[in-house]
Amino acid sequence: MADEVKLHGVTGSPFVCRAVIALNLKGINYEFVAEDFSNKSADLLKYNPVYKKVPVLLHNGNPILESLVIVEYIDEVWKGVPILPQDAYEKAQARFWAKFMDDKCDPAIFKVISSHGEEQAVAEAHEALQFLENELKVKGNKYFGGDNINLVDIAAISIAYWIGAAEEALGIEVLSKHKFPKLTEWSDNYVNCQAVKDSLPPIENLVAFLKKRFSKAE
Amino acid sequence: MSDIVKLYAFRGSPYSCRPEIALKLKGVKYEFIQEDLKNKSADLIKYNPVNKKVPVLVHNGNPISESVVILEYIDEVWKGVPILPQDAYEKAQARFWARFVDDKCIPAVFKAMVSRGEEQAVAEAHVQMQFLENELKAKGKKFFGGDNVGLVDICASYMALWVGAAEEALGIKLMPKDKFPKLIEWSDNYINCPAVKDGLPPRETVVGIYKTL
Repeated sequence: MADEVKLHGVTGSPFVCRAVIALNLKGINYEFVAEDFSNKSADLLKYNPVYKKVPVLLHNGNPILESLVIVEYIDEVWKGVPILPQDAYEKAQARFWAKFMDDKCDPAIFKVISSHGEEQAVAEAHEALQFLENELKVKGNKYFGGDNINLVDIAAISIAYWIGAAEEALGIEVLSKHKFPKLTEWSDNYVNCQAVKDSLPPIENLVAFLKKRFSKAE
Repeated sequence: MSDIVKLYAFRGSPYSCRPEIALKLKGVKYEFIQEDLKNKSADLIKYNPVNKKVPVLVHNGNPISESVVILEYIDEVWKGVPILPQDAYEKAQARFWARFVDDKCIPAVFKAMVSRGEEQAVAEAHVQMQFLENELKAKGKKFFGGDNVGLVDICASYMALWVGAAEEALGIKLMPKDKFPKLIEWSDNYINCPAVKDGLPPRETVVGIYKTL
């Protein structure tokens, strides 16, 4: 019996992108259901009544919510390319850093973008990014997952792609190469992984989306 | 080779109690190290340099931080009484509700406590609590985890003990029985589970903390 997999999302969201990367890494066939923030579908509201947000993964009609919960679900259901480490301690480390992305990094990045690079917001984002820069330095690997991407790399997609797009859209600087050499190098490698490349919206589209969403009122 | 398990925590914190309950559920021996949150130990800062927070579990010298990450780790390393469901979809549901408790429920309830039961704050807390009430109603079981305590129950310890303690300390009503009959029933069952009772701080301790709020 074939699996039916749908993903409700918007292409401008890094959280949706996390789920897309996981699906593509595993080679899963799925249908993408584009949502409109200003006019959410009845299905979305039915499947996610608590948050009313994307992404929502539907697997044979069963909804799974929250991007990192979705990624872990995908890893457990579909074998093949592993997203989480096997070892319990390494798994815990990966979950810690993924949570750090959710709790500290992504909110800080959002603040930078929505404030158009206001000084304090940038300083706070840099503080959060520095922990990840150090983690890459200490580990000395190509990716947070080692030789291959893992949960943390997937969680950190906003750093690798959304920051650059926002820098272009809003004329700000957030992730400078001299301050974050490891993160810059990691970003370049990461966005060129096939599964990731296949998952990213075209940069021009993202730049236009961010310009429109975060433009200051005239 | 026997395991060396240490837990750096603060007795009275709803996050610190989570790994204690899990360790007791699994029958794991551990050393409890009470932290002074105003004067954190060098060890805590060494083991959790990113957040510098409790709880931190140290297993054979390896530190694990973040209460929910610790719960999942404990469940994977020590078999026996399961904390997460086996089924991938049920597991995802448990993880979702655990996140909901942390991201929406506890912050809203905390706001209502700190505002000393201000009407709007309590109304917002009730909106979030209603989701948990509905979940219990829909499941029709004793616990969020089914017949036995699971991840969501452990994360929702705050609702079972801290809410009642705050009501007593501050003379406010946060979880009225007529509005939240399932949550009240669940609380009574939950805090009377042996491992949970052992892992929770005494109610007077929490009441005492809230009296100083």
